[in-house]
Amino acid sequence: MAPSLAIKDTSAERNRFSRRTLTLYVLVLGAMALLIGRMVQLQVVEHETYKTRSEDNRIQLQPIPPPRGLIYDRHGVLLADNKGVASLSIVKERAGDLDATIDRLRSLVPVSDDEVASFRKRLDQRRRPLQPVALKVTLSEEEQAVLAVNRHDLPGVQVDTQLLRHYPFGELFAHVVGSVRRVNESDLQRLDPVRYTGTNFVGKRGLESFYENSLHGQVGYRKVEIDARGRIRRVVDEQPPTAGMNITTHLDSRLQIAASAALGERRGSIVAINPKTGGILAMVSQPGYDPNSFVTGISSAEYQGLVTSLDVPLFDRAARGRYAPGSTFKPVVGLAALSYGKTDWQDTIDDKGFFQLPGQERIYRDWNWTARNAGGQGTVDLRRAIYRSSNVYFYDMGSRLSIDELHEFASQFGYGSVSSIDVADAQPGLLPDPVWKYGAKGEPWYPGDNVNLSIGQGDLLVTPLQVATVATLIANRGQWVRPRLMLSSDAPLLEYDPPEPLGPVLGPSPQDWENIVDAMEDVVHRGNKGYGNNGTAWAYVGMDIAYRMAGKSGTAQVVEIRQGEEYDEELLDEYNRKHAWFMAFAPADNPTIALAVLVENGGGGSSVAAPVAKEVVDAYLLPQLAER
Amino acid sequence: MSNIDYVRHMPAGNQLSTPRRDPHIHFDPWLIVLLLALMTYGMIVLYSAVDRDLDVLLAQGSRFVAGLVLMVIIAQFHPRIYLRWAPLIYLAGLGLLVAVLVAGTSVNGSQRWLDLPLLPRFQPAEALKLGGPLMVAWYLHDRPLPPSLKDVVVSLLLALIPAALIVVQPDLGTSILVTGAGLSVVVLAGLYWRWVGYALLAAAAAAPGMWYLLQDYQRRRILTLFDPESDPLGAGWNTIQAKTALGSGGLFGKGLFAGTQSRLEFLPESQTDFIIAVIGEELGLAGIALLLVLYLAIIGRAFFLASSSASSFGRLVAGALTLTFFVYVFVNIAMVSGLLPVVGVPLPLISYGGTSAITLLAGFGIIMSAYSHRSW
Repeated sequence: MAPSLAIKDTSAERNRFSRRTLTLYVLVLGAMALLIGRMVQLQVVEHETYKTRSEDNRIQLQPIPPPRGLIYDRHGVLLADNKGVASLSIVKERAGDLDATIDRLRSLVPVSDDEVASFRKRLDQRRRPLQPVALKVTLSEEEQAVLAVNRHDLPGVQVDTQLLRHYPFGELFAHVVGSVRRVNESDLQRLDPVRYTGTNFVGKRGLESFYENSLHGQVGYRKVEIDARGRIRRVVDEQPPTAGMNITTHLDSRLQIAASAALGERRGSIVAINPKTGGILAMVSQPGYDPNSFVTGISSAEYQGLVTSLDVPLFDRAARGRYAPGSTFKPVVGLAALSYGKTDWQDTIDDKGFFQLPGQERIYRDWNWTARNAGGQGTVDLRRAIYRSSNVYFYDMGSRLSIDELHEFASQFGYGSVSSIDVADAQPGLLPDPVWKYGAKGEPWYPGDNVNLSIGQGDLLVTPLQVATVATLIANRGQWVRPRLMLSSDAPLLEYDPPEPLGPVLGPSPQDWENIVDAMEDVVHRGNKGYGNNGTAWAYVGMDIAYRMAGKSGTAQVVEIRQGEEYDEELLDEYNRKHAWFMAFAPADNPTIALAVLVENGGGGSSVAAPVAKEVVDAYLLPQLAER
Repeated sequence: MSNIDYVRHMPAGNQLSTPRRDPHIHFDPWLIVLLLALMTYGMIVLYSAVDRDLDVLLAQGSRFVAGLVLMVIIAQFHPRIYLRWAPLIYLAGLGLLVAVLVAGTSVNGSQRWLDLPLLPRFQPAEALKLGGPLMVAWYLHDRPLPPSLKDVVVSLLLALIPAALIVVQPDLGTSILVTGAGLSVVVLAGLYWRWVGYALLAAAAAAPGMWYLLQDYQRRRILTLFDPESDPLGAGWNTIQAKTALGSGGLFGKGLFAGTQSRLEFLPESQTDFIIAVIGEELGLAGIALLLVLYLAIIGRAFFLASSSASSFGRLVAGALTLTFFVYVFVNIAMVSGLLPVVGVPLPLISYGGTSAITLLAGFGIIMSAYSHRSW
């Protein structure tokens, strides 16, 4: 046991032990004070910091995208609606091994290489953390079931039903209604980040683009409490989204169908306007494309095909295509000459089939001079000049008018400017004048430029929408109504901010307007007068027509030959053929429809474009006439 | 105490009559009341931490009852019995530790558990929390105190051998507690403070070398202690979320059952090692202060019982167990509040978990036995 050398002093030991425990207890108190100090630091001094951090931990704001406003035609037929579509998306942050997840998914449902490629592209773009990225849009019910069964071993994979834009008519309204497309990186910089949280698509082109602000609606949010694994435990607060505005347009889907059918497979455009209101009834640009493919995902090959096609299907010819107006410009020149007193309805010229400016060699030919070798149309007044489309008469008028007079007068008809209210990206075309010419070509304005301009050639460029507007203006005898697409909406729209109404065209007298309309009626209806005396379009449309239609054909030289592109000779021939125009309105004395028809590389305006115009007007007027 | 002079000259181990008579049942009512108060507080907090799961509460409650019964039973045996059995308990504990290393069951990458037939699965390391200090006290109890250098070295070896076996499991937390329990005996035996100072200096000098002995995950825990934000979703997560829970509680807390950090699972181990973060979040600084006051009262009472013990062995063992209890409290709270690296040390009698509660209560049984048995 204990060594006997040292005596164990029990009592001293007990005392020492008591002192020790006392000392240690003081140390314990000190240590506890340290802990309390630490708690005071965390819970009192830094309380606010940690309180905020704990709130940030648990509260998450989730956007609820608003349902996009619907677009209707004038009869309430849906042109753009929203369809619930199940789509497959992946939250990268939760997926773990992304490649393995994709491989696993591909063994369950068909996912094309294209879809994977565009998924990876979207994945690399700037996005919000934990934001799901779509891999496959439009899952069948069967595919949804397969995914639901395998949900447990597909971390980060989501199947959600979202409202996707759907265009029931497909290609038919592709350009005028436009389409939504997936928000891309440049959109993210442009769009309001708050409003567009949760929105994957944004309107591009057409009405979808013009009324984007109103169609989009107001984003709602859901304030949720989430746990550490990101699962929603509870909805703290919810602010439902405000649906986008519904828009009813002037468009008439039946007329649009008829117009599209009338053009058939040909490239071209038709714009029809109700002259009473300015409402655009039909707006066709062909060829088109299926806007739905931009919503559900278009393969890059398909997209490349659309972009590189010589037929430029993505291009809206109706509002953006710039063409020489050809002879459709002649009524305007005639009215200008009347307005400035350069001619009257009795004044005649001798049409020998060509025109020369005084003291110049150059010969300006009539359109049928070479064709018929007929040596001109003889004595021609303004009326005959319109229904026979005499170039020589208008060459003469062009030389009588100064460019300033012609420019000022034509400007009143909307040439060179945009007069439509809500057509997205409408182009102003070009109404040349000396200032423009000097700036663009570095050349002065020659008298010959007047001559070319007077038959709608030269540098003058118009869109089909502008030609339809001119037809509307003549139909209204000079009274302006601006073309518009929207008929009504749920509430006044921010974008619909109509510019000042345009005043009536100044210059022509009421009788001048009636006479010019009569002359344009002759274009269609003057027949059985013998060779060279009938209206230019009579033989094609005038022999069997149930109403009075005023019209004017045009045959425009192709101004833009696409050079430097590879295409075969046969095509080159076709693409260099002249464009066929016809502008018209009916019934002539009380017009309810005015329109412009353009058939690209179609040939003669009267022979090619006029029958198309008649088919469209038939479709619009015949049912109305039958009712009466 | 009028008999001090009389006792002073008596050799140790002599049977002497004492002024206080042995009670029929050996226990300390004050300590029991304080422990019951602490355990009740713990049960309330645990009920909140497990989101009103009655099953967990019942499991914890039944362990507490078993522990209390065991405590009272242990208190009935004379300290002599523990003195006699100390070496055997110690050696058996070492044997079991070796058995764990050879044939233990792995849970979460640590080999700590032993599955023996006819017994519930248990951690032998827990036994050493009692066996360690008992053994050191056995060695020192009849030697002249303060201990000589030789005795200190032997005592340290006795404490460090089981600690070494535990640290390789790896279980740093228990290893620290076992070492602390052994050291506590030596300190209470009257170790010169000078030597403590030397030891601290030596430890500081050896610290860089120790670094290389640590496991990767242990190093990471130490590094994140200094900068938890460097790895907020990994090693820093526990500390950040625990501090957020504590800090967001403020003075009076978010209210019982209203802690978002624990309820939404941001707080890891919210019912076991990190339960004080729940107290801090739901009951605030006030709740933590109440807890610390309870602990201080228990430690104070236990120190008093220890110093009132009749025998040297009883004093050393009771004092060491009390000190170990404090080390538990301090290491756990310092760890959760980000003052110490994360080591697996539960908050005594509050954290959910059976073995540690039973060991602790058994320890209090020994303390009561040492105090209550007046004769030697």
